[in-house]
Amino acid sequence: MSELTTPSGVASMQQRTDAVEAAFELRGHKPAEFINEFEHLAEEQWLPENGARVIARAWTDAAFKQKLLTNGREAVYELGLTMPIHHRHLVALENTPTCHNVICCTLCSCTAFSIIGLPPDWYKELEYRARIVRESRTVLKEMGLDLPSDVEIRVWDTTADTRYMVIPERPAHTLGWTEQQLVDIVSKDAMIGVARI
Amino acid sequence: MDGMHDLGGKQGFGRIRYELNAKVFHEPWEMRANALYSLAVKLGLFNMDEYRHAIERMEPRHYLTASYYERSLTSLATLCVEKGVFTLHELERGSGGSFPLALSSAGGRTNVAGRDHFNIAEKVRVRSDYVPGHVRMPAYIRGKCGVVVGVSPLYPFADAHAHGVQSDDEPTYDVRFQSQDLWSNDSDSALIHVSVFESYLERATG
Repeated sequence: MSELTTPSGVASMQQRTDAVEAAFELRGHKPAEFINEFEHLAEEQWLPENGARVIARAWTDAAFKQKLLTNGREAVYELGLTMPIHHRHLVALENTPTCHNVICCTLCSCTAFSIIGLPPDWYKELEYRARIVRESRTVLKEMGLDLPSDVEIRVWDTTADTRYMVIPERPAHTLGWTEQQLVDIVSKDAMIGVARI
Repeated sequence: MDGMHDLGGKQGFGRIRYELNAKVFHEPWEMRANALYSLAVKLGLFNMDEYRHAIERMEPRHYLTASYYERSLTSLATLCVEKGVFTLHELERGSGGSFPLALSSAGGRTNVAGRDHFNIAEKVRVRSDYVPGHVRMPAYIRGKCGVVVGVSPLYPFADAHAHGVQSDDEPTYDVRFQSQDLWSNDSDSALIHVSVFESYLERATG
């Protein structure tokens, strides 16, 4: 038994990944090249800054915001952003002083990853998936977002291929800021809806 | 299937392990596993519904203890073995140990006959269907009533698409439920929205 296998004889994840990669290599699919391309996409392209640009534009351009609320996919395309072909629909959810939106995926871990970035680890964990739909206010408070009791919570479970993103409320003190300054304050967590700005 | 993956509303889980700016990948193999699954999709070896279903078919104890990327790699390996792209023997020889795969699939189903089309603001009920194969209806909405608030473009019907069964594309509806209608008195008050295929719904009266 290799030193990397577990006591039960199950290969480690690294070994199992190596074996799958080797099987693709053997069939001429050049997995190493693809992994390099994928790493570039994951680390340089699918960034929350994409979504932040969408939010900053929506905050400063009422016509764009209306387009985003009506047809999210077309609106983000205007900013040069793309979505995978199976994400045929993007729904933007606007927070207001009396309504707070939060997204999840109870069945797996779906997100609009090309817009808001790949999901953080806690989003994919059992705890968030099990609890956010049933204990939304409690969970948000545990995560540091203690919403006033008069704010209605709207949870969106990504159970099909429609993708969601939250438009956070624009902080009052940002009046007069440039679009780039606004981009810099929008976080992935705010677009998931577990944080405010 | 009423599988272990269907976690919405399950009780007993502890606090979310939340950190600011949480990482996406922790170990180098995680990014590679994610890339290899993406390569398989690009090569057309399987579709997203088959991929999700192969995760759901993992033995429940395996599912619960596997990390996200272990589930992903298990699904990828399972589908490649089932479709004859790789052999399990090859993967085990290559990995130097055993390589647990998901359990086998039950059959899929095609669209529900005589399904209705719905409009925004219509009241709907989720059919009380019990399905052995892939389904995107979380159990917490089965039989429950809600209101349509959104309609999507047409999508391949997941229950069929995960199994190679012929079907027509359908829209999915964003349906709004009251949390009290889902878990009676034992939930935080909220509006819960779930994206459901047309085949899962029927018109609610009253």
